[in-house]
Amino acid sequence: MDPRSIPSQRSGRQLMSTAITRDYTPGFYEGDRPKVVTSRFEYEDSHTLERFLATGGYAGLRKALEGSPDDMAAGVKASTLLGRGGAGFPAGVKWGFTPQGVWPRYLVVNGDESEPGTYKDRLLMERDPHQLLEGCLIASYAAGLSQCFLYVRGEMPLAHERLAQALNDAYAAGYVGKNILGTDFSVDIVLHTGAGAYVVGEETALIESLEGERGMPRLKPPYFPAAVGLYGQPTIVNNVETLANLPFIANEGSAAFTAIGTETSPGTRMIAISGHVKRPGVYEIVNGVTTFRDIIYGDEFCQGIRDGNELKAFIPGGGSAPWFLPDQLDIAFEAKQAGAAGSMLGSGAVMVMDDTTDIPEAALTLVRFYAHESCGKCVPCREGGTWLLRIVERICSGHGTDADLDQLLEVGQSICPGEMPHASSERLGVEAVPFPYKMTTICFVGPSAYVSIHSPLTLFRSEFEAKVVPAPKRISIPVAVAGS
Amino acid sequence: MSRLTDSNVLLAHEIISMYPRQKSALIPLLHLSQEQNGYITDDAMKHLAELLDITPAEVIGTATFYEMFKFEPVGTYVINVCQTLSCAILGAGALLHHAEEKLGIKAGSTTADGMFTLEPAECQAACTEAPTLQVNYRHRFNVTADDFDQMIDGLRAGTLANEIPPHGTLGRNRQHIPGDKFVGAPDPDEVTEGPAWIPVPSPASAAGDNS
Repeated sequence: MDPRSIPSQRSGRQLMSTAITRDYTPGFYEGDRPKVVTSRFEYEDSHTLERFLATGGYAGLRKALEGSPDDMAAGVKASTLLGRGGAGFPAGVKWGFTPQGVWPRYLVVNGDESEPGTYKDRLLMERDPHQLLEGCLIASYAAGLSQCFLYVRGEMPLAHERLAQALNDAYAAGYVGKNILGTDFSVDIVLHTGAGAYVVGEETALIESLEGERGMPRLKPPYFPAAVGLYGQPTIVNNVETLANLPFIANEGSAAFTAIGTETSPGTRMIAISGHVKRPGVYEIVNGVTTFRDIIYGDEFCQGIRDGNELKAFIPGGGSAPWFLPDQLDIAFEAKQAGAAGSMLGSGAVMVMDDTTDIPEAALTLVRFYAHESCGKCVPCREGGTWLLRIVERICSGHGTDADLDQLLEVGQSICPGEMPHASSERLGVEAVPFPYKMTTICFVGPSAYVSIHSPLTLFRSEFEAKVVPAPKRISIPVAVAGS
Repeated sequence: MSRLTDSNVLLAHEIISMYPRQKSALIPLLHLSQEQNGYITDDAMKHLAELLDITPAEVIGTATFYEMFKFEPVGTYVINVCQTLSCAILGAGALLHHAEEKLGIKAGSTTADGMFTLEPAECQAACTEAPTLQVNYRHRFNVTADDFDQMIDGLRAGTLANEIPPHGTLGRNRQHIPGDKFVGAPDPDEVTEGPAWIPVPSPASAAGDNS
């Protein structure tokens, strides 16, 4: 059976395989949809070299090696593969930013997945490590990268074990290392361990961390590590899911890839939907066309809100994304549409809250996350994030005043000056402010702390007002002035 | 005592050799040290500084940035209960509270017998299986109060020892690059030419690029 067969040919066995796949891959539901990166998830031994080779593994690499590096790079560019880490930048274009004639060039794989709500990369590393290695090899071949570092989040020991085993097997079998498959293509892949820092997911912080430093983002410009990256050399930083797409593109061609999804958002995407839904899980969806209503209420996805409750709000793209309301359910999972509606798709994590949710308490968990994860390099984030946290904590514990609500917005203005993106609301009679925001920090951690309170406060202000008491009035006391 | 053992020093040199510049090996070596001792000691940091030819201050500078490194003894089992949004709205707060009662300690502290350290934690990338926790970074999904009690009893009785190694051990296997397959990691300053598989532009086409 061809694991990448068109899904319609597989109908009839979907229900059974769904249950089985979930046994092997807790959290994952497969469906009757095209599979680009999860085609092996149904096999219990999907992480082994034997299974990988038996299901078309390393065929993409062989095809890539038959053509020139430029052919492969052109193929990736033609596929319009958008980065899956959060920013959504086209991978092929990013590779093109490497300056001519500057060697060596490195590949750094961003496996430091820690955005609240997100966990596609962990599954891809645990369940199909060879697919990621093949993606790294294809990228290295196409862009002339002579060493590759797999930076894997420290809190994922299973991913480490699977990747270490996969690398040892792949080296032994001649797929990685010197003279791969008898050609003059040679690249080492080194498994590197993170140690617990959200901000390291930012690509320049990732590089700092890989150099053995504190994981703080670098000043920009240069904007892209492709120009100046690891050890000051041209460095491609790609997300795990982005690279996991490459074997399909190399093997089936970019046309087969763009045939899935839409013109602006081709292929599939891994999304994780968590919170108050009946069937939370990770799904590989067709990019660009699947709406949030499909995802949250569709039978093949989350099957609606638990306990027959009503949807109150959802976050469409991980903790850093402005919140959506039921008003936005019919927006497709497509970057431009989500942006115009006042949010972003980020890392593909949808967090759903039903009408039992205490919105200020929910917001508190995210503000706490970002305040906690601030690296301390930029003052607006280091100080502002902590101030936001203190104020929200005060409000949630019943000691806040109505002045605190405006104070939140004032502090936020120092992190994100100007208008903040937010969703439209019929109930409130407000129009959407499109993404993105302006920022006074190097990276997105600071703004994310503000997003996490700005959205809930804007869309559910009455819930915050219910928790605060009026600020004590300032009374001016006449003071006798000496000599008068 | 807390310097790396001889066999770990060999391992350390193997790790260092994989990187073009040796300071890159610092975080992996800190993990190795923590695997050996359960936490990072001052002596260990001095030893790592020697191995990497950097100052102990540089070692502590990097090490203190990262949450997984502990600078005082922790329990054999470090239990992190996720408190971020998806888990929080599905009972993570109550689970942490239950854990405190079961272990008889406040979150952030260690039991008197040195078995368990309990900590609130941020997102663990298992949001659909809320509430989740990690024991020495091994996931447990959809954890109820009963599950938690059983897990603690199992850890105390040693029945989960195969599944969950003591604190400090991450992956239980390692990458080893065979000598004959290792391309090598030269310092970038020593590399002047492009990789072998990238065609060298002919003078004619290079001239074409410049025009």
